[in-house]
Amino acid sequence: METDYAIVGGGIVGLSVAWGLLRRGRRVAVLDGDDGAFRASRGNFGLVWVQGKGMRQPRYARWSQHSAAVWAEFAAEIAANTGRDVPLEQNGGFDLHFSEEALEATVAQYEALKTALDGDYPYEVLGHNALRKEEPNIGPKVVGAILHHQDGHANPLKLLTALAADVRRMGGQVLIGKTVTDLSKPDAFRITCADGTILSAEKIVLSAGLGAAELGPKLGFIAPIRPQRGQVLITEKLPKLINRPSLIARQVDEGGIQIGATNEEVGLDDRVTQPGLSGLAADAIAAYPALARAQLVRSWGALRVLSPDGLPIYQESVTMPGAFLVTCHSGITLAAAHARLLPDWLEGAATAPDLEVFSESRFAFS
Amino acid sequence: MKHRDLAIIGAGPAGMAAAAQAAALGLSVSVLDEQPRAGGQIYRDVDRVAPRRGAILGQDYTHGITLTAGMHHDTIEHLAKATVWAIEDEFRISYTQDGCAAQLDVDRLLLATGALERPMPLLGWTLPGVMTAGAGQILLKQSGVVARGAVLVGSGPLLYLIAAQMVRTGTPPIAMVETQATANMARAIRHIGGALRGWRYMAKGLKMLGDIKRAQVPRYTGATEITIEGETKAEAVCFSHKGQPRRIPCDVVYLHHGVVPNTQAARSLGVSHRWHAGQSCFVPTLSVWGQSDVAGIFIAGDGAGIGGAKAAEHTGRLAALKVAQELGRLPASERDRMAAPLRASLSRELAVRPFLDAAYPPCAEALHPADPTTICRCEEVTAGDIRGYAKLGCVGPNQTKALGRAGMGPCQGRYCGLTVTALLAEANGQTPDDTGYYRIRPPLKPVTLGELAAMAPTQQDAVE
Amino acid sequence: MNPASPFLELEDTPRVDVVFQGTPLSLPAGMNLAAALLSAGVEAFRHTPVSGSPRAPFCMMGACFDCLVEINGVVRQACMLEVAEGLSISHPHEAEDDDETS
Repeated sequence: METDYAIVGGGIVGLSVAWGLLRRGRRVAVLDGDDGAFRASRGNFGLVWVQGKGMRQPRYARWSQHSAAVWAEFAAEIAANTGRDVPLEQNGGFDLHFSEEALEATVAQYEALKTALDGDYPYEVLGHNALRKEEPNIGPKVVGAILHHQDGHANPLKLLTALAADVRRMGGQVLIGKTVTDLSKPDAFRITCADGTILSAEKIVLSAGLGAAELGPKLGFIAPIRPQRGQVLITEKLPKLINRPSLIARQVDEGGIQIGATNEEVGLDDRVTQPGLSGLAADAIAAYPALARAQLVRSWGALRVLSPDGLPIYQESVTMPGAFLVTCHSGITLAAAHARLLPDWLEGAATAPDLEVFSESRFAFS
Repeated sequence: MKHRDLAIIGAGPAGMAAAAQAAALGLSVSVLDEQPRAGGQIYRDVDRVAPRRGAILGQDYTHGITLTAGMHHDTIEHLAKATVWAIEDEFRISYTQDGCAAQLDVDRLLLATGALERPMPLLGWTLPGVMTAGAGQILLKQSGVVARGAVLVGSGPLLYLIAAQMVRTGTPPIAMVETQATANMARAIRHIGGALRGWRYMAKGLKMLGDIKRAQVPRYTGATEITIEGETKAEAVCFSHKGQPRRIPCDVVYLHHGVVPNTQAARSLGVSHRWHAGQSCFVPTLSVWGQSDVAGIFIAGDGAGIGGAKAAEHTGRLAALKVAQELGRLPASERDRMAAPLRASLSRELAVRPFLDAAYPPCAEALHPADPTTICRCEEVTAGDIRGYAKLGCVGPNQTKALGRAGMGPCQGRYCGLTVTALLAEANGQTPDDTGYYRIRPPLKPVTLGELAAMAPTQQDAVE
Repeated sequence: MNPASPFLELEDTPRVDVVFQGTPLSLPAGMNLAAALLSAGVEAFRHTPVSGSPRAPFCMMGACFDCLVEINGVVRQACMLEVAEGLSISHPHEAEDDDETS
């Protein structure tokens, strides 16, 4: 089988890129793993989030802002194409604080970033009483919050479903249950799968999440990717309890309260643990005391795909031009950027975004 | 944290028999069970109920008293009304009792979580008034509540048992709509040797059928195209019988087409399961002692594969012998000597199974439901939805769960898991083993965040 | 026991007063709550959060979660509870005002 682009990894990142390339009229084949593969696309928290990102690299904050700004348009387009709803709310989001000191320290950081972004960082600080007007269920231990107006949240699973449907609708070949075992470039790129499938492509995008750590070096990448576990809880469906998402909890469009997430360096272990679940539950109750009576119906562990500095990596292979590494841990926030902006970069268009700060060279000399 | 040699989850026949055997060999045992009193589903509330309704329920039910008696032992702790929601780390068991979460630390774990009704998705099966036949039995056993104007739908011995019991209460079902066909019985005949070894079951079956016939309960065998009609509750069962459409108005519908192992806890621990073609369900991979492929975890009773209540007792005792030997309380030679008669009895109990499995196969329409049928009761996902997700590239149930929410509700896939596996296997041309099953994670049953938070390692005031 | 209910109680049991959806009911003390509500003629125990369709007990063994009711602000399975004097029971999350006291 031959194609213009082979996308290795059919999660949100890979499908977003595939969608963008198909929209430009390119032939695309997506290789996706099996039912049990580690899938951050199935386990993430669903925020379309700006605040707190790029504190040390304003270009990352800009990239996140850019994606958030075009997200609604992107979601509307795939929803219209497929008839599948992609719920999104961008009415701002909260960073809740339990001490004045921590709140002040965060504000100081945000002010510095705001200056670096020429003032484009619309946030406000709410004290407890002001916050309570916005979030009547907030608890007394919350001293205040930062409300960032560029934040929001989506239904990441419905995004995944709609993307999968639209990529197929546009003629993308999606090969499922494939484990890529080898990548080489004898002439065009050659992709070999565990089941014997062989694919030939002009260009290749490695968007395999944690799989990039193993596959990346075959294409000349450093791919310094590591897993970080996040445990997440979700309650029974409840009447409206939380208006805007926070980093502690959000109420999803179906009604459940999603609570997250732990940050654990435990390798490729995506189990949940009682101490992890209990800690998250305690934090959530501190923020929203009414949650104490809510039933937890599900929990899961998912593995973040992290680079050493937590920023995305966008890199064309130096030794095998035409191979691109695309990896990040904010696949939901950046989905719109990956779908609408990244294809220009992959195609070497004049309008391509400057992604130099996200290249692997930042790790080579560190 | 309290430490015990052995924890047993489930106080049904397997759990009770195992507890008594283990305690007799000197082990400290905790039995955790959700019900207020021991018995499991088959002997639900037997101590209280046998004197009152023993005549209706029969000797097969009152036999449970011999097992509940065995629970009264100095080294058996019966944790009643205990809901287990997590098992981790060889083995810390987290459970909730009376609104408080607690933990138990044990060396060995025996899962005796029994069976669930095989999901029977038909159009209308979510309407109030539609229940499982097992539910009908539980109403009768535990509460002395019986349904009038009920239609029994499906196949299998349990359907006849509840019908016969209803006859004895003076409120027979108004009809039996049975899905097995004469061809099934013809095929089952090749297992007649086993059936004759299990002649006691066959004799009981014939007596039940006789009771049902004497009560003049109409039976419609080989029924197809079964749906349940109603707006806000069940109003009628509709079906096709011998080419004729039928409609039987009713208030209550009891569904049954077999029971399947309840594998939730075992799956959450990573125990391997294989598809059992004869029983059309997944069963855990176990040694002859009920030992799973996860060290320290044993499974007995119907959760190990459907064998019935008597077989459950034997498998429970066998597991207890092996645990006692592993913990140094019983020499291997003695273990084997004690096991021999149990194995012989077990073999006799299981002899009738291949005949029953062949004579009363699951209802084909419910195994592969029509597109409009709701298959996930919690999230209201239809069979057509699942087939659509297969076209979107879902090869396994964890992908359809992510895309379409089937299995995400509070029942955590208990009543849709096998259906989703069957639908995906059919759509993708794969076996059930290749298709797989939901990944089960804690909480095994819902737990309030308050109960969960009370066990937080440090009661944090802040989350900075 | 409600004569209109298809679920009959075979025996007489001493009764206690409870409230379901604001309506006083007299139920057999200590009886399984789901069984008692069925016998009292309750048809819909809850409405699904997805489509609002009515549901009632299905499995009676704590597995299906169709018999969920709300008691003291917590949603629980009626089939796993017993009738006790003074219980105030409602459809889950349908109270006009979800009070904050616990």
